[in-house]
Amino acid sequence: MSIIYLKQSKILEGQIDEFLDTISRASLIFRNGIKEYLDGEIGHFENTIGEMSRMENRADELRRTIENQLYMHSLIPELRGDVLGLLESMDTVINAEKKTLLQFSVEMPSVPAELGPDYLALADVSVNAAEEMVTAVRAFFHDFNMVKNYLHKVYFHEKEADKISDRLKRRIFATDLELSRKIHLRYFALHVENISDYAEDVADRLGISTIKRSY
Amino acid sequence: MIYLYLLSGVFLGWSLGANDAANVIGTAVATKMVRFKTAATLCGLFVILGAVLGGAGTTATLGKLGAVNAPAGAFAVTLAAAFTVFWMTRLKMPVSTSQAIIGSILGWNLFAAAATDMASLARIVVSWGASVALTASMAAGLYALFRAILKRLRVHLLMLDVHTRLGLIVVGAFGAYSLGANNIANVMGVFVPVVPFRDIDIAGLFTLTGVHQLFLLGGIAVAAGVMTYSQRVIRTIGNDLLKLSPLAGFTVVLASSLVLFIFSSRGLEAWLLARGLPAIPLVPISSSHAVIGGIVGIALLHRGRNIRFRVLGEIAVGWLATPVLAGAIAFFGLFVLQNVFDQQVFRAAAPTVLEETILPRDGAACPGEREREDGGWTPGAVLPDNPVDVAGGKRPLTREQEAGESGAKDAPRLRGVNGRDKGTR
Repeated sequence: MSIIYLKQSKILEGQIDEFLDTISRASLIFRNGIKEYLDGEIGHFENTIGEMSRMENRADELRRTIENQLYMHSLIPELRGDVLGLLESMDTVINAEKKTLLQFSVEMPSVPAELGPDYLALADVSVNAAEEMVTAVRAFFHDFNMVKNYLHKVYFHEKEADKISDRLKRRIFATDLELSRKIHLRYFALHVENISDYAEDVADRLGISTIKRSY
Repeated sequence: MIYLYLLSGVFLGWSLGANDAANVIGTAVATKMVRFKTAATLCGLFVILGAVLGGAGTTATLGKLGAVNAPAGAFAVTLAAAFTVFWMTRLKMPVSTSQAIIGSILGWNLFAAAATDMASLARIVVSWGASVALTASMAAGLYALFRAILKRLRVHLLMLDVHTRLGLIVVGAFGAYSLGANNIANVMGVFVPVVPFRDIDIAGLFTLTGVHQLFLLGGIAVAAGVMTYSQRVIRTIGNDLLKLSPLAGFTVVLASSLVLFIFSSRGLEAWLLARGLPAIPLVPISSSHAVIGGIVGIALLHRGRNIRFRVLGEIAVGWLATPVLAGAIAFFGLFVLQNVFDQQVFRAAAPTVLEETILPRDGAACPGEREREDGGWTPGAVLPDNPVDVAGGKRPLTREQEAGESGAKDAPRLRGVNGRDKGTR
């Protein structure tokens, strides 16, 4: 019986690692996509969206498989609910990244050149938050005593994203652009900023699960 | 009649399974690491194996009930213990079956006016408290050690889950085997001298002796208790007192098993003595006490956070109430059996104390009285060849009746106190 569990756990361990890798890679792709859009490389940008969609689909597929396996084989019964919650909230991050890129593709906001670096900085900090989130979740599975070391970084990047977003929005509304364009640009700043907020939600959930696991 | 008496043993076995199974599989089931059905089946199987294969070696435990020297008395004592454990199980209280039996025996001693070895009793009572403290320390120590090792090894959560699950199953199976081997004597030991089963030859391969069949019956009763009624106490041990993690659950069962082993292993004692090391005293320890001690140890390691003191208080009250309740029920049961059903519930033996012209209390006889050739009673030594005749546990003759029959009105009388077991089983 334990050999079956051992084999199943090994497979599942690989699937969880792949899921985390997918989330991490998707964040980097998201950052590239924003940069390509701001640089006007629309062709590359559309390819990046395609790649992002594939990653998002793969993440969904892995999440469902992991959930099914955890329940079918009654693995980690005490933390199963927490792990499923974590995976689902991480899935929200990759979904938000994909949606944001699609919105850029559909709505094609016209970003003034002087605001470009701010958008890129916001995307960078949000992606950093998502990256640290993935590292923290990985630590939860491998070495939960290290989780706290990464959680505070997630919170730091989220705060930074708030600051940059706030600054960007003020700069948008300080321009002479039409109000409709200002609102449109603010809307995109908000979406990029949301990535870090979702990462923060995962971190909050992870913090509680870590306390539970440490007991 | 013996088959009717056997029913009390079966009832005690069932009660024991319903209550004590929680000690070995409680944490595994409550932490959802092993399904109840799987754990109960495994536990039942190993209990039966332990009872049949290892039960014969627990002759020392038979001494606990050996003093009860009449089948009807043994029936009442066993039934009282069984009922007490069943009652406590209904209240979801993890209690010690040995504690219930000791309480019942004390009830019998009181009823039969037999003296109690106070030194042994004191040692047993102290061991009940000591087992809690010992297992608490061991569980806290082991848990801290395991966590330190895991911190270094950085085992994946899923791998840790697999290993903990395996550990819980192995320790649970070992605990179940020990439960069957050690407690079958409490359940069926009293019936060994009057075993009603004949040896069965199994295809010329081996012989299933009457005692083996008796232990098998007891083992099946324990297993039935595990399967049908153990979930209530499991909930108390695994969830109500403190919500345990699987690792903590494993540590609790391991610590209690180790403490039970250390303080009951003659092999370990001999090994230590052979090497000139101080021997660990062999004292009877309850697995229920040990498990609760282990849980308290883990809770104390976390500075008492999350432990439900109300549940702990209820368990402590249950421990105090168990022997008292069992003793009272036994006393009442013996009274009813003797006076209503006219059953002989004890036999007195060699007299040791001379009491001048004192009649025993109602229900007791006057051992040591010699029946004179003319039909009267004469004080003197007990008849060695037939103590039953002079010391039956049936309704005694009153002073007047005796005087009328014997004509020895003013003769001093002898009263037996805690004589040797000359039972007729």
